[in-house]
Amino acid sequence: MTKDNLPAAFFNDNFGIRTSDFDKVLDAALGKKADYADLFFEYRRNEGVSLEEGLVKNCSQSTANGVGVRVLAEAKTGYAYTDDITIENLEIAARTAQYIAHNRPSQVPAPVGQAHREAHDLYPIRTPVNDVALEKKVDLLYEIDKFTRALDPRIKNVFASIGAEYKVILIASSQGMVVGDIQPLTRLNVTCIVEENGNRQIGSFGGGGRVEFGFFVDNKDYERYAREAVRQAVLNLSAVDAPAGTMDVVLGPGWPGILLHEAIGHGLEGDFNRKKTSAFSDRIGQKVASELCTVIDDGTMPSRRGSINVDDEGTPTTRTVLIEKGVLKGYLQDKLNAGLMKMPLTGNGRRESYAHIPMPRMTNTFMLAGDSAPDEILRSVKKGLYAVSFGGGQVDITSGKFVFSASEAYLVEDGQVTKPVKGATLIGNGPDVLTRVSMVGSDLKLDEGVGTCGKDGQSVPVGVGLPTIRIDGLTVGGTAA
Amino acid sequence: MERMELSQDLGRDVLAMAKAKGASAGDVVMADSESFFVTVRMGEVEKISQAGEKRLGLRLFFGNSSASASTSDISKKSVEKLVDDTVRMAKVTAQDPQGGLPSETELARELPQLDLLDDAARAVSVDQKIQIALDTEKSALEFDARITNSEGAEFSNQFGRVIYVSSHGFAGEYSGSTFGHSVSPVAKHDGAMQRDYWYSSNRKFAKLESSKHVGEKAAQRVLRRLGGRKVKTCEVPIVFDPDMAASLLRNLASAINGYSLYKGASFLAGKLNTRIGSELLNVIDDGTIPGALGSRPFDAEGLPIRKKSVVEEGELKTYLLDTYSGKKLGMTSTGNASRSVGEPPGVSPANFYLVPGNDSPEQIIGSVKNGLYVTEMIGFGVNMVTGDYSRGAAGMWIENGELAFPVEEITIAGNLKEMFQNLEMVANDLEMRGRIAAPTVMISRMTVAGD
Repeated sequence: MTKDNLPAAFFNDNFGIRTSDFDKVLDAALGKKADYADLFFEYRRNEGVSLEEGLVKNCSQSTANGVGVRVLAEAKTGYAYTDDITIENLEIAARTAQYIAHNRPSQVPAPVGQAHREAHDLYPIRTPVNDVALEKKVDLLYEIDKFTRALDPRIKNVFASIGAEYKVILIASSQGMVVGDIQPLTRLNVTCIVEENGNRQIGSFGGGGRVEFGFFVDNKDYERYAREAVRQAVLNLSAVDAPAGTMDVVLGPGWPGILLHEAIGHGLEGDFNRKKTSAFSDRIGQKVASELCTVIDDGTMPSRRGSINVDDEGTPTTRTVLIEKGVLKGYLQDKLNAGLMKMPLTGNGRRESYAHIPMPRMTNTFMLAGDSAPDEILRSVKKGLYAVSFGGGQVDITSGKFVFSASEAYLVEDGQVTKPVKGATLIGNGPDVLTRVSMVGSDLKLDEGVGTCGKDGQSVPVGVGLPTIRIDGLTVGGTAA
Repeated sequence: MERMELSQDLGRDVLAMAKAKGASAGDVVMADSESFFVTVRMGEVEKISQAGEKRLGLRLFFGNSSASASTSDISKKSVEKLVDDTVRMAKVTAQDPQGGLPSETELARELPQLDLLDDAARAVSVDQKIQIALDTEKSALEFDARITNSEGAEFSNQFGRVIYVSSHGFAGEYSGSTFGHSVSPVAKHDGAMQRDYWYSSNRKFAKLESSKHVGEKAAQRVLRRLGGRKVKTCEVPIVFDPDMAASLLRNLASAINGYSLYKGASFLAGKLNTRIGSELLNVIDDGTIPGALGSRPFDAEGLPIRKKSVVEEGELKTYLLDTYSGKKLGMTSTGNASRSVGEPPGVSPANFYLVPGNDSPEQIIGSVKNGLYVTEMIGFGVNMVTGDYSRGAAGMWIENGELAFPVEEITIAGNLKEMFQNLEMVANDLEMRGRIAAPTVMISRMTVAGD
């Protein structure tokens, strides 16, 4: 048996669903009036093991399986899903989803795009973390606890957790496509609380990807996570109030790439642009960033959290240039929006689970490296903020206003990094912020593999990346005048 | 595969199977739901989704060690595997002296009738639901010529049932429903675009606000944002509209969550029976309000739900606890256990609200010479360990007691400890629009960062 039909065999063995049954269900879903129909089968097993107060108190596991039937008729989507995977239920769901096409006058099928690309094998894994003996994961958490507590006497509590997901998907479309994927995903997090003279601070760090257990232990990466968590917490003990007002901001490499995700990426998702509700609508070919900025979304980077072999509509992922030397080049698409906008599929049709309708979503979004040395960038700033690590961010697609919250930042005075400052929110305007990028470093770094993006109530794993960059004039939301 | 129906008997069977495999105690949470939504956009149906789901979750104890698991596959084979997996996992977790079920004497004996289900509304047709969404959007689009586009309107409903069975004899269940509709109109003026949102949700279909009302309110909200600008960085009084004020209550609820407290991860750790806010800070948690979104006849450990005063004239009177977090703090559960199927309990408030004051919102705005009226916040800039607060905001600038012009691309910052102390006015416009609610409030000073 080839790897390609493992998912099909999986659903046949476990649920008695044969690919030869699909045509009947898809025909029922299409009816006479719809343009397109697809089935999305999913089996998912999640495991979580966590430690606090020196004890592994919790282990939990959840298993979910189900199938969603989708029908497209022009811009309309009918969707029905069930967690009881049988052919009978599929047929009921197909008729429900068909409802959408009922009142439709025309019978000329609208074109729904189909990509012709080779599928990838980006995460060839022998043993998913779910199948590693639980004892090994428990032992690792105890080891992390011991290691972390020994790092600093001010540590009051350590939390560590391992999460693992094993997901099998199979997509069948009315265009005759049947494609599956097996998507493992894991993550390790270390959080600590430190206290000094009644001042409590928290620090957190983690990593992961579509990788095996060895990713954490082979090179003792967990020790690096622990040291980072402690360093951040201790640093915040001496942090001063963040400044308030507009100033020059230097973003460090890696996770601060969340800027691109919030300020640019969401605004370039096909759905908002088709509806013309994005601040970037109708701006392809226009200059939206400084010439130093080239921004990419790439779902094909091996083993990364944001990568997938095929998206949740069966389209192989690809590398999409969003902004090239400052000029807006493309949007991120799913089948519905690519078809309606007559644009190419980009493999960005993603969904949280069988209970959700696909939407255009990002994968790994990053800016290409530039020429400046990172320390040269810092030296160029007279008075400003150097932000190295961030919590979450959010954007208002329509007005373009975005925020993201620094969890590690410093004042820059006369080109020197001086005092650490308390967490502050940075706020800006998406279509404007990249035009203010005046220097781009040579040090592109991708994040550690912990990002999750939420849109319309659906969460999907994503990645970001950034070289050190300088932004001239961004509003910093601290309290110090 | 033969699927089984969810029932209290199934829960007892699962616990018996686990007992036979050596488990000393355990509980089962089961949930089933039927959900529907339709979105419409620019007068056309855009998406319709309909589904049914079932889940069964099991938690087992071997002495004081425990593990949890859940499945959506309610077949005999799958449930047997669920028991085996849970047994296997529980054997490798640590003995935790505070672990275990609540004592039998604490269990809810009589379950109140809380009127959580609108069974009759099952008869509402798909066409009727579509029409509500269409009308809501139409009401917003027709309100003003500057409203030229829409992110769509939605109608959704859910019918659900929760069953809880524990090995020391509790078995109970309740059903509930929720209905909601909302719209996100987009307005355009002088090349700039703004989007805003309004909604109504209720357990009773007939109690939803009208399409006209929801649409017009959304339209008014988006129109007043047009022409928004930044302001100079300054320190001023901040007035929060009811939904924004509710977000401060959400911060309070998570700061007094037993799990954050025993972990030392809350700025209110150790503050029980002390002043945490101004005397206008009066907060109630009440899971017994008939028909309210956060009401339930028993909590996720089978304990009774009470109405309690959480903060009285600024003094913190109780934390929010379940059995485990209570034991960790040397206290008893406050009946606030909540959980997702297949997870150990956590804590959440029931219906949690700030007691209204006497002033009208207009009087509060009228009292501000120079300040900000906040109607939207974005971002996650709240540090629950320190209380440090910094969020993106949009709203209206207040000049001499009047809403003068829209502002955006600014942040408001402070520290929650001081913000609660600086709660200077509370309005009389409380409406239980969600499980956590507040009237309009004014905080005397925060930093606004802009130009």
